[in-house]
Amino acid sequence: MEKLISIIPRGSSSQSMFILAPIFAIFLTLLFGSLIFILMDYDPIVALKTFFISPISNFYGISELLVKATPLALIAVGLSFCFKNNIYNIGAEGQLTMGAIFGGGVGIYFYDSSSFLVLPMMILAGAIGGALWGMIPALLKTKFNTNEILTSLMLSYVALLILDYLVVGPWRDPDGFNFPKTRPFGETGRMPVLFGGLRIHFGLIITLILLAVSWFVYSKTMFGYQLKVSGFSPRAARFAGFNKNFLIFSAFAICGAFAGIAGIGEVSGPIGLLYRDISPNYGFTAIIVCFLGRLHPLGIMFASLVIALTYLGAEDAQLFLQIPASVGFVFQGLVLFFLLGTDLLVNFKLKLKT
Amino acid sequence: MNPYLIQIDSICKKYPGVLANNNVSFNIRKGRIHALLGENGAGKSTLVKILYGLVSSDSGNIFLNNEKINFNSPSEAKIKGIGMVFQHFSLFESLTVSENLILGLEEKISFKKLKEKAIEISKKYDLSLDLNSPINTLSAGEKQSVEIVRALLQEPKILIMDEPTSVLTPIEAEVLFKVLKKLTEEGKTILYITHKLEEVIKNCNEVTIMRSGNVITTCNAEAETKETLAIKMLGYKVRSLITDYSSIKNNILFEVKNLSINFKDPYKKNLTNISFTLREGEIFGIAGVAGNGQTELMELLTGENTGNIEGEIIFENKNITKLRTKTRRELSIGFVTEDRLGHSAVPELSLSENILLSQFPGNKFSKMGILNFKEIKSYTENVISKFNVKTPNEKVSAKNLSGGNLQKFVIGREVISKPKVLIISQPTWGVDAGAESFIRESLIKLSKEGTSLLIISQDLDELVEITHSLSVISNGYLSKPIETKNLNIEKLGIMMGGEID
Repeated sequence: MEKLISIIPRGSSSQSMFILAPIFAIFLTLLFGSLIFILMDYDPIVALKTFFISPISNFYGISELLVKATPLALIAVGLSFCFKNNIYNIGAEGQLTMGAIFGGGVGIYFYDSSSFLVLPMMILAGAIGGALWGMIPALLKTKFNTNEILTSLMLSYVALLILDYLVVGPWRDPDGFNFPKTRPFGETGRMPVLFGGLRIHFGLIITLILLAVSWFVYSKTMFGYQLKVSGFSPRAARFAGFNKNFLIFSAFAICGAFAGIAGIGEVSGPIGLLYRDISPNYGFTAIIVCFLGRLHPLGIMFASLVIALTYLGAEDAQLFLQIPASVGFVFQGLVLFFLLGTDLLVNFKLKLKT
Repeated sequence: MNPYLIQIDSICKKYPGVLANNNVSFNIRKGRIHALLGENGAGKSTLVKILYGLVSSDSGNIFLNNEKINFNSPSEAKIKGIGMVFQHFSLFESLTVSENLILGLEEKISFKKLKEKAIEISKKYDLSLDLNSPINTLSAGEKQSVEIVRALLQEPKILIMDEPTSVLTPIEAEVLFKVLKKLTEEGKTILYITHKLEEVIKNCNEVTIMRSGNVITTCNAEAETKETLAIKMLGYKVRSLITDYSSIKNNILFEVKNLSINFKDPYKKNLTNISFTLREGEIFGIAGVAGNGQTELMELLTGENTGNIEGEIIFENKNITKLRTKTRRELSIGFVTEDRLGHSAVPELSLSENILLSQFPGNKFSKMGILNFKEIKSYTENVISKFNVKTPNEKVSAKNLSGGNLQKFVIGREVISKPKVLIISQPTWGVDAGAESFIRESLIKLSKEGTSLLIISQDLDELVEITHSLSVISNGYLSKPIETKNLNIEKLGIMMGGEID
């Protein structure tokens, strides 16, 4: 019966703390990250520097940061359409994969075409593939009231297995010495790079445009308003007569399309063909980006840079300090953990029982 | 020798934005029924929660038998002999009566002993109690008996009753007062919280009147009349609004024909053959005790539930039974639901954003799906000024408005667009007296401009005051309409108790 600490709602939560919480979370992550480095017998200053500063100390590094941040931001802003509506789509990884398959399929089919339409067709196909894959959990949720968390997650693995099957089976490169990969896309099926010698590509521009469009939809349109209302209060949405199923389908479709475009951005950008490991869990990591960015396009933009850095830092740490690269995931986990913690403290206060 | 059992001395309690209790002081004598009278939001509940250890006061003292008390939890209050029966039953619906009784006890006791004690108490006070029936099969009155027996099992010296008759039929209320009388004859003390004047005059010995956090006075209830109490409670003389039948035209605007629905969910009330008509300019009321099918009927009328319905809802000769809420509004039917926060308004959103929930033909809030903020702002400001909504500006979140102000806002939102039909559930539930009369007047004014109104309310006074005719809903059945001017309160009470026609 007697609890030592009780958690009491604050009643009103501060708007500035809502925005500051992610910054506290990042600070706490660095603090606890240093502790982990100390326990692993690394000099924390050197390790943190290798992790967070040296990867972006030159143009190439910054370009790489943007290469990683591009899919993260795009998927995260897509996810925000779902999360704002209280739909927990955690299957963006699958939607990304399906986008890569649809768009990549177009790329493989037209590998020797010189038409400038190949890339736009690939992007469109990628968006459609992602959207269709996203609409499966939407259909299951609206028809059978299944939990979208489970279905969207499970469908991610289905998509990954389909990709696996395609690259070892029917789509395997005939000249590829039996490697599990497809034939490379032609020149017309590649995202143009923005600066010679760097890998940062046109996908960044698409992402920035879609971030701006999303902001507009959220704040200026009836559709964005409907998403907001049904997220805050499903009863009020019913009272207003909004079409709940339409909102569920469109949130999933938008998220799927964005993830699909992110997928095609990866395969037609840095990769250039389809193979098994097209995404280092971008679809899952984007969930952290989305919450760290407070479901807001601008916040998501900054959050994507922070999280992209954990990918780069992990690579550098492995290369120069022989720290396992999975430390990057530890950092992502810490950020999410501290964000949830600081969010709790923004909305609740702790009271000690005496 | 101190004649008082409880002395409440200068209790203050502040919530963000509200001074719920401002220097509240009064004394309660032993063996009396002491009423605490006040409108919703007067600070009665806060005071009682402090007394019962649910919240702590900011300052002030409470003495029980000259001993200063400061409870940190209800269990401490129970040990000191204070029991409480809440307005909203705190019973586990799927458990039996005896299971509920044993769950509420602080001490460990065997089922056998508990049953013996419970039967003894129920016999002593004539409380009907079937220990083995599950709570969800009981009527409101029977549920309350369970609550009372549960409180009495602790052998309290003082029993706090929070608006106990709000869910009871008049007959059940009579029974309750007999029980209370018997308890005081044994030397127990009752603190009786209510906003019903009649109950105070008929059944209580002393009365303390509260208004907006302050104690207005404590006086001898037997020496008061309804009018004198009302003046003290409301702070001004109650005006009775005269019902004018001249605005009613003969054409029927809205009609419900043999509406029936059966739910699989046992907690929902089935509706059977509900029929009524609304003529142009008419205000029609549906009276009844909560939980007799009002919520379910409202969902069918708004279009939030359109499945498995038998019968028809007809508006201007068009069958709208299957139309969605939004489409119904586009036909110029307005709605205000019972719950302000989370149903007819989104607490987290600003007032101007809340305007968008309800859109009528003629509103130009968006074009091709893109919002027109200028138009939304001017409409919101119009609602705020015409309906006297107290708020710094239209950007304030709905949750930051007081109940009365938010209610004026959600009603104003509909009224300003002058819908042809307006359907309202509980128009003045939990609002202060000023907002209450403002809302009622604006509804009457709307009817004179040709709108037909349906008002579902548990507040009989309200219905008598503003409707032209009314029916009673009981157990999912609706009575034939009665003209309000020919109303007989005794008959109405019997009807509300379940004897329709």
